Amino acid sequence: MISEREIMMPVLKGEIGQSNFLAGVDRPDYDEMTRCTHCGMCLQFCPTYRVLGLEADSPRGRIYQMRAVAEGRALVDEDFAEHMYVCLACRACETACPAHLHYGSLVEAARGQIEARRSQPWGERLLRFLIFAQLFPYPARIRLLAGLMRLYQISGLRAFARFLPGRLARLEPMMPTLKGDFFPARDQVYPARGVKQYRVALFNGCIMPVAFGPSNAATVKVLTENGCEVVVPSAQTCCGAIDLHAGERDLGREVARRNIQAFERLNVDAVIINAAGCGVALKEYGDLLHEDPAFVARAQAFAAKVKDVNEFLANIGFRAPTAALPMRVTYQDPCHLVHGQNIRLQPRQLLQSIPGLELVEMAGADRCCGSAGIYNITQTDLSMEILDEKMEHVRRTGATAIVSANPGCMLQMQIGCRRAGIDAQVYHVVDLLAKAYNLEQSN
Amino acid sequence: MDISQILLELQALLSPRGVLHRPEDVLLYEYDGALDRAKPDFVVFPRTTADVQAVVRLANRANIPFMPRGAGTGLSGGAVPIEGGIVIVFTRMNRILQLDIPNLQAIVQPGVINLDITQAVASQGYYFVPDPSSQRACTIGGNVAENSGGPHCLAYGVTANHVLGLEVVLPDGEVVWLGGRTQDVPGYDLRGLFIGSEGTMGIVTQVVVRLTHVPETVKTVLAVFETIEDASNAVSDIIASGYIPAALEMMDNLAIQAVEASRSSGYPTDAGAVLLIDIEGFAEGIPEQLSHITAMCQQNHARTVHEAKTAQEREKLWSGRKGAFGAMGAISPSYYVQDGVIPRTRLPEVLRKIAAVSQKYGFRIANVFHAGDGNLHPLILFDERDPAQIRAVVKAGSEILQACVDAGGSISGEHGIGVEKREDMALLFGPEDLIAQRQVKEAFNPTGLCNPAKVLPIAKACYEVGARHRRLPNILKEEHDLSHLGDDPHGS
Ligand SMILES: Cc1cc2nc3c(=O)[nH]c(=O)nc-3n(C[C@H](O)[C@H](O)[C@H](O)COP(=O)(O)OP(=O)(O)OC[C@H]3O[C@@H](n4cnc5c(N)ncnc54)[C@H](O)[C@@H]3O)c2cc1C
Ligand code: SF4
Ligand code: SF4
Repeated sequence: MISEREIMMPVLKGEIGQSNFLAGVDRPDYDEMTRCTHCGMCLQFCPTYRVLGLEADSPRGRIYQMRAVAEGRALVDEDFAEHMYVCLACRACETACPAHLHYGSLVEAARGQIEARRSQPWGERLLRFLIFAQLFPYPARIRLLAGLMRLYQISGLRAFARFLPGRLARLEPMMPTLKGDFFPARDQVYPARGVKQYRVALFNGCIMPVAFGPSNAATVKVLTENGCEVVVPSAQTCCGAIDLHAGERDLGREVARRNIQAFERLNVDAVIINAAGCGVALKEYGDLLHEDPAFVARAQAFAAKVKDVNEFLANIGFRAPTAALPMRVTYQDPCHLVHGQNIRLQPRQLLQSIPGLELVEMAGADRCCGSAGIYNITQTDLSMEILDEKMEHVRRTGATAIVSANPGCMLQMQIGCRRAGIDAQVYHVVDLLAKAYNLEQSN
Repeated sequence: MDISQILLELQALLSPRGVLHRPEDVLLYEYDGALDRAKPDFVVFPRTTADVQAVVRLANRANIPFMPRGAGTGLSGGAVPIEGGIVIVFTRMNRILQLDIPNLQAIVQPGVINLDITQAVASQGYYFVPDPSSQRACTIGGNVAENSGGPHCLAYGVTANHVLGLEVVLPDGEVVWLGGRTQDVPGYDLRGLFIGSEGTMGIVTQVVVRLTHVPETVKTVLAVFETIEDASNAVSDIIASGYIPAALEMMDNLAIQAVEASRSSGYPTDAGAVLLIDIEGFAEGIPEQLSHITAMCQQNHARTVHEAKTAQEREKLWSGRKGAFGAMGAISPSYYVQDGVIPRTRLPEVLRKIAAVSQKYGFRIANVFHAGDGNLHPLILFDERDPAQIRAVVKAGSEILQACVDAGGSISGEHGIGVEKREDMALLFGPEDLIAQRQVKEAFNPTGLCNPAKVLPIAKACYEVGARHRRLPNILKEEHDLSHLGDDPHGS
């Protein structure tokens, strides 16, 4: 007797309804989301699920919510928006998923749908316009803003921060301490030390050059040390990740086109990026512009050249420094490096090549620190809860330095050290490598 | 008691943050790892046994169904609220309460993740043996309910062999302990009866688990075969020779293809089948076992027998096997996994029948087995977006189970019956057996409110407990106009 039972499924019962996603705006890919078999293997890798324990704030639940909208069973409303924005976009779920689902592009498209529908209060609309359309595409304006921030910090005004109104007062401690050593892109050309083997371009980024200017200088240093001539084109702009994470897809496409134009004429072997978040965005230009016939091929060619600095150095067989840096460090995997680009071993290899340096792994190094772009500003409480757990793991390593490879993570580590009272310096991988090279040359 | 009254009482018991009721929120508790779906009316998140008890008592007073849910990784629809009601989720009861290493025990809450137990004691050289492939996600409560197994249960036994005692909230709200902190408790083994009851006899709120010493040495071997027959014969020879490896897993060509397409684990994609074998024990004994097993494989025409050289390589080989179900996503939109058990010697014959089912229905079928104990996992690949395929796939699955039963086997090794295989119980048991089983269930769950419509067939009305409880009017329909969904799962 063979079973005649019917499986209970909405599709079987009622057929699929009309999609509630807007046409004419990028839709989360339905075929991709239906590949999710709700097996749950991603759940424990998701930082927001671990803290909140709610299906709605898990990868599986977020995909199911998108699916419900696509099948006409739910609406793109404020609740949907909340769960899509509570997501860190850290992509730990992509690494965990045995079906290798491309969650990152689904959630970005979902956010695009939310923004396309939103009639925001004019204040927020203005703010978004200023930030996304008027600030990030213009490196000079970021430097100006950063200069003002620095003025605020050195002027002693910071002492009055406690008089700021509620939300601002909570955000003030997250402001990076700027040192004023910016690294602007001015079409510089840095010659290779020794025989020139490669010609590469540096993607300067927007946060790195103002918050971590010395790390960009260090990137140039380690590249030139390894036979690279490095150019830093001034026509480049923000990578667009900030726009894409916030659902501003058209702005994202606009900056992508400008960057492609800025780099494609340079005749370089690789475009080097030292910010993991930007790296993912740049490597995905081909997908972003897949409906733009004038640009799709150029976007793919550009994306193929993009290499994270850790990845590039490991690929070309970098030279291990000879000078010793006796220190105990721990490494925090940036999500957009380990989950977004599958780069896990290379930064560790670079660090371990430095004589005298001891790398102590913390528990859950590849778990998100809660920074996630602008997440620590938009979802402050949850971000801090995730961060505090991370800092406990850092403390147990006894490291005196935390190394990472992305500005957001580095800023978050600084905040974490302040909150947890941990006395540790925060570095980019290339900072330490450059330091070792410099040391060997001054010996 | 009307629906808003129930909501108010639940919120008073658990605080508003401990209760979900809006349609878009409860929608996310309509699925588990299998195919069936049905929405609950409420989802609650207890923190203590007393919370669970209070919810169960309330459900009894209101005469509505209730059921426990762990991580929702189950593969038979066990955690799907077929008749609506209250789903009790254990994500906030996920603490390890006590580690008692000298007595090789731990007391844990039901929401603790299987792998977290091992991680908590690994540094001291211990682990929790049952290792379902879903171990990084599934909960101990779910493991107890399904009596879950895993690759390493061949040598060490399934969940029931590693759980000493249970605190249970019975379907009427009474709290009892079944079993205890010692291996054998006098009297009837109610603990043994409860393990595997799939949430139909009550709700587990604490579990005393047994911890085990990590073996001194572990070796992993990958044996590659040209045909699945050769691999099956090697399995039979190994077991017959009396050397029981710690794990003995088989994958056929399509399964290998899927694994390699999703994330390479180092299996050759042109192989007919691979065996993944773990050998464990004291260091001195390992070389002998290893050469013995290698010889058995070679005798059955293995192309290569390769021993993993590093811990990373071991992990990589195992990650392929552990990710095998999910990897089907790389080659198919959906899969329907079967869980039949057969005597090992009948493997080639049953495989031929499975191939015939594949032919007949036009579905590709990948095979992953716990070969050592004859537990088959044929994965039928289909597209759940096509209603015709859904109907066909259920029949194909049933035919495979029929083949297992015909070969002297059974319809479930470890995934449970749930709602999915409910009607297939009739392939294995006659009416008398089913009535006896129903009586056992009723002894614990006389009202039938606790996880209704699971395990026993309901197609034949005489086995059914009888729908004495009521269904709530569906809130979803009232709040948004989504009535086209037809979400009354019985369609009655
Ligand atoms: C990719 C994948 C691989 C898998 N591999 C294996 C495998 O190798 N071996 C194996 O045995 N299973 C396997 N499974 C099936 C599944 O993971 C197990 O059945 C697991 O034990 C379910 O645990 P859960 O926490 O997800 O339970 P759920 O799916 O949430 O629930 C399962 C059942 O347990 C009941 N339940 C949950 N919590 C409690 C409680 N506290 N008290 C009483 N009843 C409760 C539920 O009511 C339901 O009937 C696999 C599943 C997937 C998706
Ligand atoms: S991207 Fe990160 S936060 Fe978002 S669902 Fe995936 S794991 Fe969770
Ligand atoms: S692991 Fe992948 S397939 Fe499984 S639930 Fe998560 S996203 Fe879906």
